[in-house]
Amino acid sequence: MPIINDTIFFDEKAHGEALEKALKLTPQEVVMEIRESGLRGRGGAGFPTGTKWMLALSAKADKKFVVCNADEGEPGTFKDRVLLSEYTKLVLEGMVIGGYAIQAQKGFIYLRGEYAYLFDHLNTYLERMRREKRLGNNILGTNYSFDIEIRLGSGAYVCGEETALIESLEGHRGEARNRPPFPVNTGYLGYPTIVNNVETFACAYIVMSKGAQWFSKYGTEKSKGMKLISVSGDVKKPGVYEVPFGITIKELLELVGAEEPKAVQIGGASGICIPMSEVNRNISFEDIPTGGSVIVFNKERSMLKVLRNFMEFFVEESCGQCTPCRVGNKKLLEGVELLEEGRCSHRYLNELIELGKTMQIASKCGLGQSSPNPFISIVTNFKDEIMSNSIRGNNGK
Amino acid sequence: MESKISQERAPVAQKPHKIDTTVTGDIGGLVDIEINGRPYQVPFGITILEACRRNNIHIPTLCYHEDLCIAGVCRVCVVEIEGMRTLQASCAYPITGKIKIWTTSEKVRKARRHILDLLLSEHYGECYSCVRNNNCELQTLAKEYGVDYYRFGHVDQKRYEVDRSSYAIVRDMDKCVLCKRCVRTCIDLQEVGVLEATRRGYNTLISTFMDKPMIDVICINCGQCINRCPTGALRAKDPSDEIWKAIDDPKKHVVIQTAPSIRVAIGEEFGLPPGNSMTGQMATALRMIGFDRVFDTNFAADLTIMEEGTELLLRLKRKLVDGDENVKLPQFTSCSPGWIKFIEHYYPEYLDYLSTCKSPQQMFGAVIKTFYAQEMGIDPANIVTVAVMPCTAKKFECNRPEMNSSGFKDIDYGLTTRELAQMIKEAGIYLPELPPSHFDEPFGDASGAGLIFGATGGVMEAALRTVYEIVTGREVPFKNLEITPCRGIDGVREASVVLENVKEEWKFLEGVELKFMIAHGTANAKKVMEALIRGELNNYHFVEIMACPGGCIGGGGQPIPTSPEIRKKRIEAIYKEDAELPIRKSHENPHIKYIYEKFLVDGPCGHISHKLLHTHYTKRGKYIV
Repeated sequence: MPIINDTIFFDEKAHGEALEKALKLTPQEVVMEIRESGLRGRGGAGFPTGTKWMLALSAKADKKFVVCNADEGEPGTFKDRVLLSEYTKLVLEGMVIGGYAIQAQKGFIYLRGEYAYLFDHLNTYLERMRREKRLGNNILGTNYSFDIEIRLGSGAYVCGEETALIESLEGHRGEARNRPPFPVNTGYLGYPTIVNNVETFACAYIVMSKGAQWFSKYGTEKSKGMKLISVSGDVKKPGVYEVPFGITIKELLELVGAEEPKAVQIGGASGICIPMSEVNRNISFEDIPTGGSVIVFNKERSMLKVLRNFMEFFVEESCGQCTPCRVGNKKLLEGVELLEEGRCSHRYLNELIELGKTMQIASKCGLGQSSPNPFISIVTNFKDEIMSNSIRGNNGK
Repeated sequence: MESKISQERAPVAQKPHKIDTTVTGDIGGLVDIEINGRPYQVPFGITILEACRRNNIHIPTLCYHEDLCIAGVCRVCVVEIEGMRTLQASCAYPITGKIKIWTTSEKVRKARRHILDLLLSEHYGECYSCVRNNNCELQTLAKEYGVDYYRFGHVDQKRYEVDRSSYAIVRDMDKCVLCKRCVRTCIDLQEVGVLEATRRGYNTLISTFMDKPMIDVICINCGQCINRCPTGALRAKDPSDEIWKAIDDPKKHVVIQTAPSIRVAIGEEFGLPPGNSMTGQMATALRMIGFDRVFDTNFAADLTIMEEGTELLLRLKRKLVDGDENVKLPQFTSCSPGWIKFIEHYYPEYLDYLSTCKSPQQMFGAVIKTFYAQEMGIDPANIVTVAVMPCTAKKFECNRPEMNSSGFKDIDYGLTTRELAQMIKEAGIYLPELPPSHFDEPFGDASGAGLIFGATGGVMEAALRTVYEIVTGREVPFKNLEITPCRGIDGVREASVVLENVKEEWKFLEGVELKFMIAHGTANAKKVMEALIRGELNNYHFVEIMACPGGCIGGGGQPIPTSPEIRKKRIEAIYKEDAELPIRKSHENPHIKYIYEKFLVDGPCGHISHKLLHTHYTKRGKYIV
C-alpha cells in the first residue's frame, strides 16, 4: 500500500538545501545521484533523467543548454503552474543543478504563452537568485556560472514536444525534428541540450537535498518518487494532488471525491480513457503513465462528446507537417461526426481504429503518436454506448 | 569559399546524412546490419534509405529529394526496426549500430497504404487534366500500392483558387501534398524564402508572405520549386496555346530560338536517359511543328560574349588607366534572369556591379526584330519571337517593360523545355528518331563558347577564351581550350589567369592577374554578395552567377525529375558537344563578324549595341507595396 499522506513538494520545511550540496559534488556525482534515485521524466514519457543528463554530460561541445519545459499545454494539467508560482525555488534551483550536472552555461524556461502572467514573478525570482549569488557568475562562490532566460511560447501545443520546443526557441515554426539525433547531442542551435519538465527539475532538487535513497523509497519498482496529479472533471475536490507512483485509480478517485464516475481520462487529451472496470490499474510507468492530468467523467456525460472535444483539439493542434497526424486526426474527427449522425458502420469504425494504430507508430513525433489514444480507448471501452448513442440520435449531455 | 555569416536555416537534425567514405574516415568503418533478413555491410552514419538504395532495395519516398535537406514528414518511407515500437522514416534515420530492418513487413505495408490513402483523400484534381500526368510521384505511388478506391473519402470540389498572377509560376494548392519540397527548395536550397508552411494542423497550407499572390512577393521565378514538386501543385505558366495560334496565323512570321541547355535535356521528355544530345533532331522537329525560322541561342551567347567581354575590358581600362573610381569591379554576369531579380530584391544597392548586357535571349530578340527584319524585308510587327529556355524566369524577363528597345517586345513568348516537348508530342513527333538538321541562316552557326553557357562556369570560360585572345593575341593557355578551373559543380569556384605579353593597345593589363569567381544557385550567390560587401572581392574582376544549381541545365523549365546525377550528365553532354564543334570561340563565329560589319557597325559596346543589346535594372528591394 503506497504512502498517500506523505508530501515532498507541499511541505516547505522539508525542502532543505540542494544547490549547496550539489555544487560541492562533481558533475558526475550529481548525475550518479540522480540516476540512483530512479527519477524519470515527469512530462509523461518517463525517460530516466539521470541517463539523459549523463548523455548530455558526456557529449563533447563548447556550449550546452538546459531547457525547462514549462509549456504545460496538455488539457487538464495545471500542476506546473502551481510549482512555478508557489515553489519557484525548487524549479529554478533544480535547473541550476541540471546545468551544473551537464556543465551548461545557459538555461531557458520555455513558458507557455498562456502563463505570461507568471513572467514577472519568475523574472523577479531570477533577479533575487542573482543577488543571492545562486545564479549568474560564480554561483555560491564556486567556479560555476550559469544563467537563466525566460522565453514565451505562443500557444502551440506541439511546442511541448522537446524538439518542436527547441525549434521554437531558435525562432522557427514549432515543428518536431527527426530523431535521432537527440537533443542531448544536437539540441538548441545544434548544441547538447537537456529538456526537462518543470516537475522533473523540482524532483531533481528534492533528490539532491534529501538524497537518492530517501527519494526512491516512494513509488514502485520502476517509477520512483511522488507524482503531482492535476484532477478535474466531475469530482468534489478538484486540484493538484501529490501522490506516490503506484496509486490505483480507485484510490485516487476516493481521494478526490469523484461523483458517480463512468470514465477516467488519464494523461490528458493524448492519454487513455478507462472505464470503471479497470479502476484497479495504477498510475506508474509500468501501467498507466501520465504527465499528470486526470479528468473524471460521471455517468451523465456523453463519451462521444468527450471524444469529439479531444479530436477537435488535435486537428487544430497538430503542427501539420507529417501526414498521419495532419490528415489522420481529421479523419478520426470525421468518424466521430459519422458516429454522432448514426452513419458509421462497424466496418468503417474498425478501419478508423486501424488508422489510429498506424498513426501511433508512423507519426513523426509524440503528438501524432499519442493523438489517436483517446479515439481508440473510447471507442473500444465504450463501444456499446457510442454505437447505441448514435443509432438513437441522442447526442447526450 | 566559406561565408562568415551562416545563413543556413536547415537545422542540423535535418541535414542529409550522406556519408561518402566507405571504409574508413572520421566516423569509422562499416556496420553490419540486416535488411529483410539478409546481412549487409554499410558505412556508419548512412541513412536507412541510402543503405537500401545502394543495395537495390526499393523504398518508396515522397518528401525526400536528393538536393534538399531531410524533412521526414510524408512518412511514406517508413520501415520497421526490430525492437522499436514506432516505425522510422528511412530517409532520416542514420544507421549507427547493428540494427535489423524490415522494409516490407505487414506493419510497414499497412502504414504506407494508410498514409497514401490519407494523402489521396486530400488531393484534389484529375490526373488526365494535370500537367504532371504520367510524371507524378503521387500517381506512381498510388499505382505501386494498388490503390483502387478512396478508403477515407476524397475531396470533390476545389478549395483553393489557382494563383496565376506570376509570369512564370502557377500554384494550385488543391494538388499540394505538403511534402514541403518547395519550401525547402526556396528557403534552404535557393535561400530566397518566398514559400513557407502557414497555419497549423489540418489547415496547414504552403503560402507566401501574408498570402500575397506570387507576383507581389520577392519570388525570383527560378522555378526550382516546380522541378522538385512531386505533383502538379506547382507548374510553369504555359504559353503554347498562343504560340500555336501564331503558328497557325499565315500573316505571322514565327521565329524560335533554342537555348544551349535544351538540346541536352529534351531527350529525357521522350524517355531517353539524361545526357543525350538532340540538337539536330530538335531543329528538325521545330520546323515540322511549323516555326518559320529555327535559330540557335548560342549565336546570341556569342554576341553576349563580345559585348560582355568588351564591357569588362572597358571597365578595366576606365579603372586602371583613367582612374575612374565610379567603375565597379568585379563585373557580374547578367545572363540569368533569376539572378537578376534576386540581386534586385536582395542587394539593390549593388546593381552597378552587374554587366549592362541583356541576356542572350533578349539580345537575340532585339536582333531579330531589327537586323533580321531588315535583311529579310519583314515588318517586325509581324514577327513573333519565341524562346525555348530551360528557365521559368525567362518568362518574366521577356515581359520586363524595358525589354523593347527595337520598338517591339524583344521576345514575345518564353517556352520551357517541358512545354516544347509537349508541343512536339502534340504534333505527333517522336523526337529521338528524327533526322538531324541545321539551324537556319543568317545565324546558322554558333561556337562552342556559346554552347557551354548552359553549364555553370560556361559563361566565364567562353568569356576568357575571347578576352584572353583579344588582349594577348594568343589562345588561352589551356589544353583543347578547356579552362578546367571553370568546370565542376562546387557551389563557389574561383581561379585566375595572368595576362602576359599583351598586345600594344592593352599594355595597361600587362602582368595583371585576372581573377574570377563562379557561383551557381542563389544560396551561393548570397555567399558571394556577402563577401563583396565585406570587401573581400576588391581584387576580383569578373564573377559569373547562375540562379539555378548546375547552371541553366538545372533550370526551372527543364525535364522533371532533377538530381545532382542528372545535372552532371547534362553538363557532360554540353562539354562533349563543345569539344566536337569546329568553332570554339565566340569572336571567330563568322555570323558574329558579319553582324558587326553590317549592323552593329560601331562595334561591341558602341551606340547601336548600347541601345539594342544593353539594359538597366530596377532597385526592387524586399518591400513590395
